[in-house]
Amino acid sequence: MKRRNPKRPGFRRNRSPLRWLLHHAQNAVAALGRLVRHPLATLMTASVIGIALALPSGLYLLIDNVRTLTGNWDGGSSISLFLAQDLDDREAEYVRKTIAARPDVAEARLITREEALTEFRQRSGFAEALDLLDHNPLPAVVVVRPSASATSAAATERLAQALQGYREIDQVRVDLQWVRRLEAITHTLERGVYLLAGLLSAAVLLIVGNTIRLEIQNRQGEIEVVKLVGGTDAFIRRPFLYEGFWYGLLGALIALLLVTGGLALMQAPVRRLAGLYQSAFRLDLLTAEAVAAVLVGGPLLGLAGAWLAVARHLSRIQPE
Amino acid sequence: MIRFDNVAKRYPTGREGLAGVSLEVAPGELVFVTGHSGAGKSTLLKLIGLLERATRGQIWVNGRNLNRLSERNIPYHRREVGMIFQDHRLLHDRTVFDNVALPLVVAGMGHQEIQRRVRAALDKVNLLGKERSLPIALSGGEQQRVGIARALVSKPPVLLADEPTGNLDPELSREIMDLFLQFSQVGVTILIATHDIELISRLGRRIVQLREGRLQHDSGLAQ
Ligand SMILES: Nc1ncnc2c1ncn2[C@@H]1O[C@H](COP(=O)(O)OP(=O)(O)OP(=O)(O)O)[C@@H](O)[C@H]1O
Ligand SMILES: [Mg+2]
Repeated sequence: MKRRNPKRPGFRRNRSPLRWLLHHAQNAVAALGRLVRHPLATLMTASVIGIALALPSGLYLLIDNVRTLTGNWDGGSSISLFLAQDLDDREAEYVRKTIAARPDVAEARLITREEALTEFRQRSGFAEALDLLDHNPLPAVVVVRPSASATSAAATERLAQALQGYREIDQVRVDLQWVRRLEAITHTLERGVYLLAGLLSAAVLLIVGNTIRLEIQNRQGEIEVVKLVGGTDAFIRRPFLYEGFWYGLLGALIALLLVTGGLALMQAPVRRLAGLYQSAFRLDLLTAEAVAAVLVGGPLLGLAGAWLAVARHLSRIQPE
Repeated sequence: MIRFDNVAKRYPTGREGLAGVSLEVAPGELVFVTGHSGAGKSTLLKLIGLLERATRGQIWVNGRNLNRLSERNIPYHRREVGMIFQDHRLLHDRTVFDNVALPLVVAGMGHQEIQRRVRAALDKVNLLGKERSLPIALSGGEQQRVGIARALVSKPPVLLADEPTGNLDPELSREIMDLFLQFSQVGVTILIATHDIELISRLGRRIVQLREGRLQHDSGLAQ
């Protein structure tokens, strides 16, 4: 018998790039077709993914809005400067002007000693007591509103420190407490959203992984036959990966729909609320980056989930 | 074309499927493998198609040592070995055409080439009219012919058939065997496991008889 050289070269793997692309396109369309053939089941799976993706995106949007809100708050973090007692009104006005000219100051308003006294008389109940004094004990006050770039707690603190340096200023008082609290709250919430996003991403991975696992089980016979006639692992994997991809993309679209819908529902009450505070505040829509993140992240998660299922279960299926 | 060198297969259960078989099959030869139930016929064929790996000895198929073939290369090896089973192993939700086309699709062949080759294969097994049918709508003999068409559509140099006539009446069995004789005439190397001694003894081809995993008789050596 004639036997060929045992060290025969490798197998031929002829496949033109064009045909390969076509094969992928066919796979993608076929996978979508399989999902469309069971619209209810597909919609249910995709909706679960959509909700899982919508939760962190929606919360992130909310926090983003809160942050803009704190940034825009008129006089949010004002600084009160108590001027030295010996300054007269003209000198006080001069100090006000100098401070108002600083780039990190949006507005500086002067309350003269006279005005301070009048206000104090009206507000406190000590009018008679004040009359006993032979001179006005109150200093002039300059109320400073930091410019937009200096509204954070740290920047306001820096501004206050700089103002402390003026000889004409006796005392600087900053009320930062609530700004700090708000900042801390948004930070905490932000961390929470990231955590939630991580957990829900894992959930999406598991949902898609489990769906694909069932799909692999349903098509076990087919997989065996394909292996029998020489289908490579990549060939067998591909349809399942595309299904995962589609689930992820559908889920992402549903998530965007949910967030946008939720936002639309919130818009009217928020505007009414803002109106009560004489504010023109409106909820911001999802930024282009956030939309892109959901549209890319969803399919990637779907793909990853499918990959997990395929890696775990395909090799176990062998023809016999 | 196929060479077994002292090959043994011990299953994980401890059962010996084959216990040291040496065998050579020349290109274009048609060999019948017989023996009692449990003699190791199916095991022998599975080792050639790499459905199982040998636990001892060397196997060469089409010039390649199967022991040295990596898992990654198994699919490419199977494209050179057409396999036919008693239970057909067809996809019941696909048409006859799609079933037969599967090996070509898997190999990434172009659409028109697939059309041409599937038609040719179905023509050979006399099923051209049934392209659009589902396998369930066919008789057992027809289903077996679909399986045969699928095995030969990619023109593999080696064809393995495990009891291809197991469920068929004598006349249909005879028809199927005639098909294999035809393929053997065009140079395909064929191994057929069967119980049907009466049918094959009339054909005058080489018969390899197994018994408890060993070669009991080889009519090819006797000549
Ligand atoms: N997957 C397996 N796991 C464990 N033992 C097996 C397996 N397959 C076969 N065997 C054992 O190996 C021996 C040979 O089996 P094989 O299937 O090759 O026999 P056969 O000649 O094809 O028999 P039959 O005519 O019944 O098909 C038997 O003892 C069988 O029990
Ligand atoms: Mg058997």
